[in-house]
Amino acid sequence: MLRLLLLALCLLTIVPAVSQAQTLRIALREDADLLDPTLARTYVGRIVFAGLCDKLFDLNEKLEIVPQLATGYEWADPVTLIIHLRQGVTFHDGEILDAAAVKYTLERALTLPGSFRRSEISSVDHVEIVDPATVKIILKSPSSPFLSQLTDRAGMILPPKATEAAGKNFAQAPVCSGPFKFVERVAQDRIVLDRYPGYWDAANIHFDRVIYQPMPESSVLLANLRSGTIDLAERVLPTDVAQVKADPKLRIVTSPALGYEAITFNLANGERANTPIGQNKLLRQAFEAAIDRQAVVDVVFNGMYQPNAQAVSPASPFYIASVPPPPRDLAKAKALIKQSGVPTPIVVQMNVPNTPDRAQEAEVIQAMAQEAGFEVKINLIEFAASLQAATRGEFEAYLIGWSGRADPDGNMFSFLTTGGGQNDGHYSNAVVDAALTDARKSTDLAARRAHYETALRQLRDDLPLIYLESPVNIVGMSAKLTGFRPVPDGMIRLQGLAVTK
Amino acid sequence: MQGRLGTRIAQIIPTLLLVSVLVFCLQQLMPGDPAMVLAGEERGDPQVLAQIRAELWLDRPLPVQYLHWMGNVLRGDLGYSWRTRQPVSALIATKLPVTLQLGTMAFVFAVAIGVPAGIVAAVQRNKFWDYLANAIGLAGLSTPTFWLGIMMILLISVDLGWLPPSGYVPLTEDWRQSLATTIMPAFVLGNAIAAILMRHTRAAMLTALDQDYIRTARAKGLSEFAVVLRHALRNALIPVVTLGALELGTLLSGAVLTEQVFSIPGFGKMIVDAVFNRDYPVVQGVVLVTAFLYVMLNLLADILYVVINPRLRGS
Repeated sequence: MLRLLLLALCLLTIVPAVSQAQTLRIALREDADLLDPTLARTYVGRIVFAGLCDKLFDLNEKLEIVPQLATGYEWADPVTLIIHLRQGVTFHDGEILDAAAVKYTLERALTLPGSFRRSEISSVDHVEIVDPATVKIILKSPSSPFLSQLTDRAGMILPPKATEAAGKNFAQAPVCSGPFKFVERVAQDRIVLDRYPGYWDAANIHFDRVIYQPMPESSVLLANLRSGTIDLAERVLPTDVAQVKADPKLRIVTSPALGYEAITFNLANGERANTPIGQNKLLRQAFEAAIDRQAVVDVVFNGMYQPNAQAVSPASPFYIASVPPPPRDLAKAKALIKQSGVPTPIVVQMNVPNTPDRAQEAEVIQAMAQEAGFEVKINLIEFAASLQAATRGEFEAYLIGWSGRADPDGNMFSFLTTGGGQNDGHYSNAVVDAALTDARKSTDLAARRAHYETALRQLRDDLPLIYLESPVNIVGMSAKLTGFRPVPDGMIRLQGLAVTK
Repeated sequence: MQGRLGTRIAQIIPTLLLVSVLVFCLQQLMPGDPAMVLAGEERGDPQVLAQIRAELWLDRPLPVQYLHWMGNVLRGDLGYSWRTRQPVSALIATKLPVTLQLGTMAFVFAVAIGVPAGIVAAVQRNKFWDYLANAIGLAGLSTPTFWLGIMMILLISVDLGWLPPSGYVPLTEDWRQSLATTIMPAFVLGNAIAAILMRHTRAAMLTALDQDYIRTARAKGLSEFAVVLRHALRNALIPVVTLGALELGTLLSGAVLTEQVFSIPGFGKMIVDAVFNRDYPVVQGVVLVTAFLYVMLNLLADILYVVINPRLRGS
């Protein structure tokens, strides 16, 4: 009897503890890919890593680089970066995070077959261990975007022993140093992480478990948010915002995103480049003058996105405020067409990935351009097929976006320099090439801004891409959630996030 | 009978081989380079693309790729998902029970609603209940799964809060939660089939009720209940059972949409995601297993048909 009583007492003391255990459910717009920071490629994968893997550096709301696993850094000279590491940090398996782990991780990123980090940190020549808490990274040549790469997957440090032991299967049960450790993954259903008690910043973690659930269908996502089955949803559609706002149990948090939406023109990629609009910049200028960016944003994106004529977001310190998006000027558009001498209607075939918002955006642009004398033919095409068509030059114009990077180099260099990997239209201009290359080498903010402005002035004249608008990160969440930090990179940082009673 | 069965089984192997060649070739026709999809935002780097192609054998000639894959399949290895690196056989093993549970529940719904409704409609021919059953059946046939699913989520989950709007809990984990997560999608999936079953049951019952043996049964003084259920229904059910077996296939394909709407991690959702991500090994594995299931179900239906209908045994 006494034993039973004791057991009952024990159970009574356990029950409240269990009921306090809190789970955070996060809806993702698609399923993540490999959970290995060296091999991962997707945006949603990065959101999961925000809970799983800490990075050497992080970004704050103002896009400044702040220490995370590092405590500080200094440039000994333009090619030597010294990083001081936080002491007492352990991986989820108990292994100590030290300079050797940093060296191992960076070398793995440079040498592992299939590594997607190699191109991001290709400027690294070699890594030296100064002492267990200090690491020296020597670059081949000065690279200002390098530090910002360490705020993302390239900066996620892995435990050498566990990583080596897991080999190719690391992604099946990743071990990292973030606030939560891996529990299980059911493809297309959920990724479950549990709180890591040994986390260095444990005081800032207020959940015991995080579950990431892919929900590609926006109406399903909305229903789950409203019924309270999920607590937080990333990338809520602008058209769904009113519904979320109308629900007193929910709220919306927005932040300017790092990416852009634009029309890329085929200037020199194969035979399809031989069109009036591909060969004559006056026509591209006329096309731009015909577009009312604010109207596009109002109609398609519920007025939430920001009209923009640059590759970087207005939130970036590299945004050139003296180059605002020009207003619509139909008279100018018609005059430019007249000046070009090309008879109207000027046919422009535009590839458009087959999503509802892009299709609608294309239709709005089609209607606007028609008034100036363009006949836009919309070619709706599935996303994967559109990428292939772009690389092969099977397009005249291509309406596509870019998720964006914290450093402007990531939004411009490979898209605009001669021979750049994502330069689908094969644009080539010596002034732009030189300015973007110089901006890469310089570490002085003012000097870099000047280089980017030089490039921008040239781009405004040539218009290889017509930048349309900068998206906004729209996060829908339970009104009870507090401490969410809206950083423009769109990641969901779990530090500080809590539920109020 | 045994010879017939042997022929049928022997036909399975070439059928599956044909399916495997077809699915392998058809997905090559899809525009969109898998290497480029896999490269994600690194697609502009030719080195990255070349590396992916080499790793996945995409740089070899098609027949070599096919033989390599088929060779592995014959050894019981369906390969691994290009996107998540999980083995395809493990993915199928976790997804198949989900879709089977959903399909079985949907079928139970369909039979439980469709067959009684068909009987009532036939017995009450050209009366109120017949018209009502027909109207509901027509509505069930013409309601898109997608729309019905969303409406049910909005009404039952969001407004009333009775059932979770999406997701899935395995039966082995918590059967109550499992039923709660699958009952709405099973209803939605079973709805169209219920309508088809209702119409076929009605037609078969009407034919049966006009037969001479029914008149004899009535003349013997049997109760209407016994006439309808014991005599007419038994004979009417033969075509209905055949139809039911065929509709099991519809269930598998119908699950594609239903699983998408309710975010259920089953077979249908897996193949849709795999197609969009150009995850060829998953597409091939799923199609091959589905084809195998189809063929086996058909074989089973053939055997059952012989068992049910003695007249077929001699032929």
